[in-house]
Amino acid sequence: MKIKVWINDKAIATHIDGDTMLIDVLREKGYKSVKCGCDTTNCGLCTVWLEGRPVLSCAVPAARADGKHVTTLEGVAKEAEEFGRFMAAQGAEQCGYCSPGLIMNVLAMAREMKKPTEKEIKEYLAGNLCRCTGYEGQYRAIRNYLAVTQGDYQLFGKGEVIEGVR
Amino acid sequence: MSDKKKYIGKRVVKKDAMALLAGKPLYTDDLAPADCLIVKALRSPHASALIKSIDTTKAKLVPGVECVLTYKDVPQKRFTNAGQSYPEPSPYDRYILEDRVRYVGDEVALVAGTKEKAVDKALRLIKVQYEVLEPVLDFRKAKDNPILVHPEDDWVANCPVGADNKRNMCATDGFESGDVEKVLDECEYVVDETYHTLANNQGMMEPFVTYTEKDAYGRLLITSSTQIPFHVRRIIANALDIPKSKVRVVKPRIGGGFGAKQTVVSELFPAIVTWITGKPAKMIYSRKEVMVASTSRHEMEIRVRLGADVSGKIRAMDMYTLSNTGAHGEHGPTTVGLSGHKALSLYGPVEACRFKADVVYTNTMPSGAYRGYGATQGIFALESAVDELAHKMDMDPVKLREMNLVHEGSIQPAYYNEQFNAVALDRCMARAKEMIGWDEKYPFKDMGNGKVRGIGAAMAMQGSGITALDQAAVEIRLSDEGFYNMMIGASDMGTGCDTILAQMAAECLECDIDQIIVHGVDTDVSPYDTGSYASSTTYVTGMAVVKTCETLRKKMMALAADVLKCPEENMEFDGKKFYSLEDEKEISLSDLATQSHLGINEAMSASESFCSPVSPPPFMVGMAEVEVDLATGQPEVIDYVAVVDCGTPINLNLAKVQTEGGIGQGIGMALYENIQYNEKGGMINNSFMQYKIPTRLDVGKIRVEFENSYEPTGPFGAKSIGEIVINTPSPALANAIYNATGVRLRELPMTSEKILKGMMENGRAQIG
Repeated sequence: MKIKVWINDKAIATHIDGDTMLIDVLREKGYKSVKCGCDTTNCGLCTVWLEGRPVLSCAVPAARADGKHVTTLEGVAKEAEEFGRFMAAQGAEQCGYCSPGLIMNVLAMAREMKKPTEKEIKEYLAGNLCRCTGYEGQYRAIRNYLAVTQGDYQLFGKGEVIEGVR
Repeated sequence: MSDKKKYIGKRVVKKDAMALLAGKPLYTDDLAPADCLIVKALRSPHASALIKSIDTTKAKLVPGVECVLTYKDVPQKRFTNAGQSYPEPSPYDRYILEDRVRYVGDEVALVAGTKEKAVDKALRLIKVQYEVLEPVLDFRKAKDNPILVHPEDDWVANCPVGADNKRNMCATDGFESGDVEKVLDECEYVVDETYHTLANNQGMMEPFVTYTEKDAYGRLLITSSTQIPFHVRRIIANALDIPKSKVRVVKPRIGGGFGAKQTVVSELFPAIVTWITGKPAKMIYSRKEVMVASTSRHEMEIRVRLGADVSGKIRAMDMYTLSNTGAHGEHGPTTVGLSGHKALSLYGPVEACRFKADVVYTNTMPSGAYRGYGATQGIFALESAVDELAHKMDMDPVKLREMNLVHEGSIQPAYYNEQFNAVALDRCMARAKEMIGWDEKYPFKDMGNGKVRGIGAAMAMQGSGITALDQAAVEIRLSDEGFYNMMIGASDMGTGCDTILAQMAAECLECDIDQIIVHGVDTDVSPYDTGSYASSTTYVTGMAVVKTCETLRKKMMALAADVLKCPEENMEFDGKKFYSLEDEKEISLSDLATQSHLGINEAMSASESFCSPVSPPPFMVGMAEVEVDLATGQPEVIDYVAVVDCGTPINLNLAKVQTEGGIGQGIGMALYENIQYNEKGGMINNSFMQYKIPTRLDVGKIRVEFENSYEPTGPFGAKSIGEIVINTPSPALANAIYNATGVRLRELPMTSEKILKGMMENGRAQIG
C-alpha cells in the first residue's frame, strides 16, 4: 500500500507492506538515528514522536502513520544538541546507541512536565534502557539541562559543574 | 614537561560525543550499502542432534534468494571464535556449519537474499531431518559423562590447558602455595560453602552486526561491531581457509561490547556469503539471537574454604571452581583462572592458598567473555564467604577485611608472584565506610513499616591487560600545521579510549587535544593491537602512546636542529616551537611540519609497541544499603557507594561513568538477570521481556569516588578501570541482604522469591 507521512515536516510518499513497521520506513528513508535494540518494545531505542507524542517506532505499523507527522532526532537537532551538551559534559553518552531514543523522551518530558521530581523523571524515562552508564550520568545531565532550561530548578545540586563542550 | 597536567585526570569530553548524541549514522548497520544481501541463520531446535539430511531445493527457488549454505558448502576445518592471541588457549572445536548441532540455537544453515521476507520464507522451506540425541544439560554431571558434547576426532586444543574432549573437559587449572589442608586443620574458624552464578548476557544495546564486501583488490572487507579487529582478521581467514592477506577488518563506532564482541559472532556468516557470491552481505542479530546464540558469562559453581585464627587473621584459602563453557570452549580455559587468582589476591598473602578448577562442556549456549571474565564469579563467592567467616566469629565483616586485605608492596603467590606496586585498597575501604556510614548502619535497621534495611560490603580487583601477552602499537605522524595523526588498533566501543589515548598524547606532546586526530581501527591502516579486552586499553595501549610520543619528540627535535643548523643537544620543545636559547634560534611546530614535507628524507612519524611483564590490579570497595520488604522479600537498592583505586584516573568523567555503569550492570546480575533453561535445553529468558536488565528505577543511588595510587609501570600512573567495576555488587548485595534478613543466598540472582523463602524458614517473614 501507499502511505504519505510527514517526517520532520517533509512530506514523504512510499510503498509499504501491511506488516511494515514505522522504524523500517524511517531507517530506509535515511533517518538513521532511529535504532532497534530489542524487538520486544522493552528498550526504548526506537522512540520517535508521532503527532508530537513519543512512540516506539518498532511497534507502530507504518500504515498507522499515514497522513501523520513523525519527528525523529534529526528533526529536533537544535534542541537535541542543547541537551546533548549536558550529556557530553558528563561523559554520559558512552556508546551512544541508546542516546537518540533517550533524547526524544527527555525532550518530550521537558515539554510535557514542568519541574518534574526525581521520581517523575525516572518513571517517565524508565522505558529507555542503557547498559553503559548505570543511569547516574544521564540523570545528572537531565537535571542540569532542566536547571538551565526551566530555571531555578529545585533539583539543581549545589556545586555541580557544567563544563563547556566543544 | 611540567608536573601540572593539562589533560590527565580531567573531565575531558569524548571526541565523538556530539556526533553520537546527534544520532549520526556511525554504527555498522548505518554504514552498510543498501544493496547488501540479508543473511540469516536457520537455528537448531534441539540441544544435541545429528543432521541426517538437509534439503534446500525449495528454499533456493524462492525469488530473491541468492544462496543457501549448509555444512556441505563450508570448509571442514576446526577453529575457535574466541578473540585471543594466537595460539588461542580456547580449543578449536567448531566449523562454520556442521552436521552436528550442540545447543538450541546452533546454526544449521545460512540463507542470503535480497529481501528479508524472501530470506525468512526460504528459512522455513529448508527441510532438516535430525537424529535427536540426549544432551548434557547439567554442568555438574558433564565431567566424564558417557555422553559427549564433542566426540569428534579432529577436535584440537592448541595449548596445554588440561582439555580432553573425550571427558567433556575444556580445561583444568590450579595452583597451590603452602599446605592448605594442614593450615585449615589448625584454624579455629573455618567456613566451607558453595556458591553458584548464572550465565548472564552482556546485553549491549547494539546487537551483533557485520557487513562484508569485496574491495578493489578482490579482498574481503569486513566492517563489524567488534572489540577485536585483528583477531577477527585471523579467525575469519582461518575459518574460510584463505590467506590472512585477503582479509581487512574495519571497526566503526560500536554500541557497547562488554566482552560479547571479544568473540566472533556475526562476522563469519556474511563473510562466507560474500566470499562465495562476491556480493556485499549483511547480518544483524535479533535480540533473541543475541540472547540464545552468542556467548554469555560462564556459569560457575565455586566452593570456598577459609580458615582464620582466633584473632581473625585469615591463614588459609581454598577455592574450587566448576565452570560451564557450554557447547563451545570460547574463553573457557582462561576465564576460570580469574575466579581464583583475582579473588584470592585480595587478601594476605596468607600462609596457604589453593585454587583448582574444571571447565566442562554442556549442550547449552556457549560461554565467552563478559566484563569481569571469571573474577566477577570468584569474587562473589569469596567475598560472600568472608562475610560468612566474620559472622561465624561474631566480628564486623569490614573489620575482618581491614585486618586481612592486601597492602602495597606485597608479593602475591596467588597472582603469579607479582609484586603489587600500587594498592590503595585500605584507603578505599576507609572512605567507603565514611560515605555510607558503616559504623552507624551496620548490620541493619528495622524501618518499622514492614521493611528492614541492611548494609553489606565487598572488595574487588582485576588486572590491567594480560601479562606478557597483550600488546599494542601506536603510530603518530606530524602533519600540516602541526597537527598529529594518531593511529591506534584499540577498539573504542563507547568507553572513550579514542579520547583518553588522545589525552595522553596531548599531554606528552604538550599540545591541544584537538591537534590529536585519532584513527580508529582498520587492520590495513592501524598498527597491531590485540584489542580492547582484559582491561588492557588504558594501561597497555596507553603506554604505547607514551612511548611513541617520546620517540616522535626526539625525531622532531633532530629535524628542528637540522633545519635551524644548531646542535641537537641545545634544542628544546614546548609543544608550540622548537628553540635553542644558546643559538637564539627557533622554529614553530607548524613551520617544522611544513619543512618536514619539503625534501626531507626522514618521515616525521613514530611507532612504538608495548607489552607489559606485569598486570597491575586495580582495586575497589563497594558498599550497598538494601531495603527488604518482609512481606514479599523484594529487595530494593537504596544506596550504593564505591571507591575505586585505578591508579591515576585519566579521564575523571569517563572513569566515573564506567564505574556507575559497571555497578548498574552488576546490580542486574545480582538481583534480576535470571537465565533459565527448559528441560530440553531451550533458553526461556530469550528477550528483554523475560531477561530483565535494570531500568533506571532498579539501581538506586550510585555514588562513586576515587582513591588514587600511582602505578609506576602504567601511563601517568594509570591502571585499568573497565572490568573491575562489575565485581562488587553481587557479594555486597548478598551481604547486605543477609545483614537485613539473616538469609544467606549463595545462588544468583537474589530474587524476591528466594529471599522470602529464606525469611519464611528463619522466621523473619511478615506475611498477612
